[in-house]
Amino acid sequence: MSPAQPGTAETHAEPPVALVPQTAAPWRRRVAAHALAEARTVLRNGEQLVITLVLPVLLLVGLARTTVIDLGTSDRIGLVAPGVLALAVMSTAFTSQAIATGFDRRNGVLRLLATTPLGRGGLVAGKVAAVLLLEALQMTVLVGIALGLGWRPHPAGLPAALGALVLGTAAFTSLALLIAGTLRAEAVLAVANLLWVLLLAGGGVVLPVEMLPGPLAGLVTLLPSGALGEALRTALTDGTFSWGAASVLLAWTVVLGAGTVRLFRWS
Amino acid sequence: MPTTTSTQRAGTPGGAADAGSAGSAGAVVASGLVKHYGSRAAVTGLDLVAPAGAITALLGPNGAGKTTTVECCEGLRRPDGGTVRVLGLDPVRDARRLRPRVGVMLQDGGLPSTVPAGEALRHLAAMYARPRDLGELSERLGLTAFARTQVRRLSGGQRQRLALAAAVIGRPEVVFLDEPSAGMDPQARLAVWELVRELRAQGVTIVLTTHQMAEAEALADHVVVVDRGAVLAAGTTAHIVGDAGAIRITLRPPDGASSTRSDEAHAASLSASLAARLLGGDGPGVTTTATAGVLEVRGAADPDLLHEITGWAVREDVLLASVTCGRRTLEDVFLDLTGRDLR
Repeated sequence: MSPAQPGTAETHAEPPVALVPQTAAPWRRRVAAHALAEARTVLRNGEQLVITLVLPVLLLVGLARTTVIDLGTSDRIGLVAPGVLALAVMSTAFTSQAIATGFDRRNGVLRLLATTPLGRGGLVAGKVAAVLLLEALQMTVLVGIALGLGWRPHPAGLPAALGALVLGTAAFTSLALLIAGTLRAEAVLAVANLLWVLLLAGGGVVLPVEMLPGPLAGLVTLLPSGALGEALRTALTDGTFSWGAASVLLAWTVVLGAGTVRLFRWS
Repeated sequence: MPTTTSTQRAGTPGGAADAGSAGSAGAVVASGLVKHYGSRAAVTGLDLVAPAGAITALLGPNGAGKTTTVECCEGLRRPDGGTVRVLGLDPVRDARRLRPRVGVMLQDGGLPSTVPAGEALRHLAAMYARPRDLGELSERLGLTAFARTQVRRLSGGQRQRLALAAAVIGRPEVVFLDEPSAGMDPQARLAVWELVRELRAQGVTIVLTTHQMAEAEALADHVVVVDRGAVLAAGTTAHIVGDAGAIRITLRPPDGASSTRSDEAHAASLSASLAARLLGGDGPGVTTTATAGVLEVRGAADPDLLHEITGWAVREDVLLASVTCGRRTLEDVFLDLTGRDLR
């Protein structure tokens, strides 16, 4: 018996005259296609995966399960989990996004996409959607592990936490695009990674501001990293919304967003 | 016999008033286009008409303003002066309506480096309502073999072919190709040329930039020679080259002759002689060339003309060391127009 024929492959020829005015795919499909393409690129890239997922997981488990660093509390997971969620946002919305955009800019990808029906607006929308998609994935993994480690977040604080995540994403994505749109690709790579390390160490993301030396503490609450960390800790530990931290994030978004709109260079 | 109006100098750009209504005259029309980068002028009052359904080549040396012109047509740059219309629309103001109808191949590729080639193409196809068949296009341009290879690992020619596929995936009505065959081997170049000609047969308007004379001669219906941000000559290839052909002669004074007449004087003498002896009117033009002792007679290389030239040589007592009949090449014209200095 011969195997089934693979069908009449490729019998349809190209139409002889293709000159009807072409139309774009619907806006949602274009943005979704771009978001999925960007998310796939991150997930396929080893270094991006390390900074967005592997390191946050290691920090979550390491800080919750070991006592190498004195956290000054017995509820280690309760303190660490919100901070690691904040770090994950910083990884995806800032470091990973800045590097991807910086290299896409250098390689002419931004310019080419701007000539397709996606356009510049669709490109930005697709990037935001990709960041949110990746964050959803990160949250699923990190929250799952934290719950497994005995984390019991305050249920009343969930809407506040969601709001803080959105504000933090907006602020850090603005910073990513500002850097990616103004510096050379290699400089973007260096700055994005360096800032991630510096903010992790002393930016009030994972560890609360109170643990930093006196004068630094006040300054750090005004950084987007410190504000996002505090907003998530307040929401998930106390169940309340931190208006102060939210205002700081909003202010950063406005300033960085305006800077991006003015200074971003597409080529 | 057609006289040799070999090149048509573009006049200074007039107003751009009639550009908006010129949709039927050309699929791509630029009038008095001006673009500065800081204090440097990249394009200085450029006029361009790319007829619908034809291949137009922007030909010029590096830095002539070709890419800037094309980028203004693609809506990537906002002109500082003049107007640009593509399919009757403004590339910046009407970008949303125009983008689905225009395909673009950038000089630097524009494809993400860590993405497999096939996936990059599929991503772009998703932007259009009715994209071309991916399999068919990949087969045509020989992309199938490296569909799973990351863009950054492709050779220059493979990357160019992928970028060309990206430019045509949406079935555009107008395609802009910036240096389409740079870095390609001869086989790949032929495949690209074949695809471009097929697009033309389907009625697609193609505007390409190149500094390769062979490419412009092989492909273009319409050539626009650009240098220092302005048009030096525009027309069909035959029009620019001069359909009537040319005869090149190399003069050598007879041995022992002390005459040291200049090439210019020889050219004037030959020109006058031809005008007097060939059926009245203006004779074929005679010009000097960049090579000392070589004159170019522009006109159909027929036996009569050749006979008159040798007759003139006898009367003037100069030896014709060589006589070459043929068409001028675009390269001759190009060098005449843009000069022979290295930049």
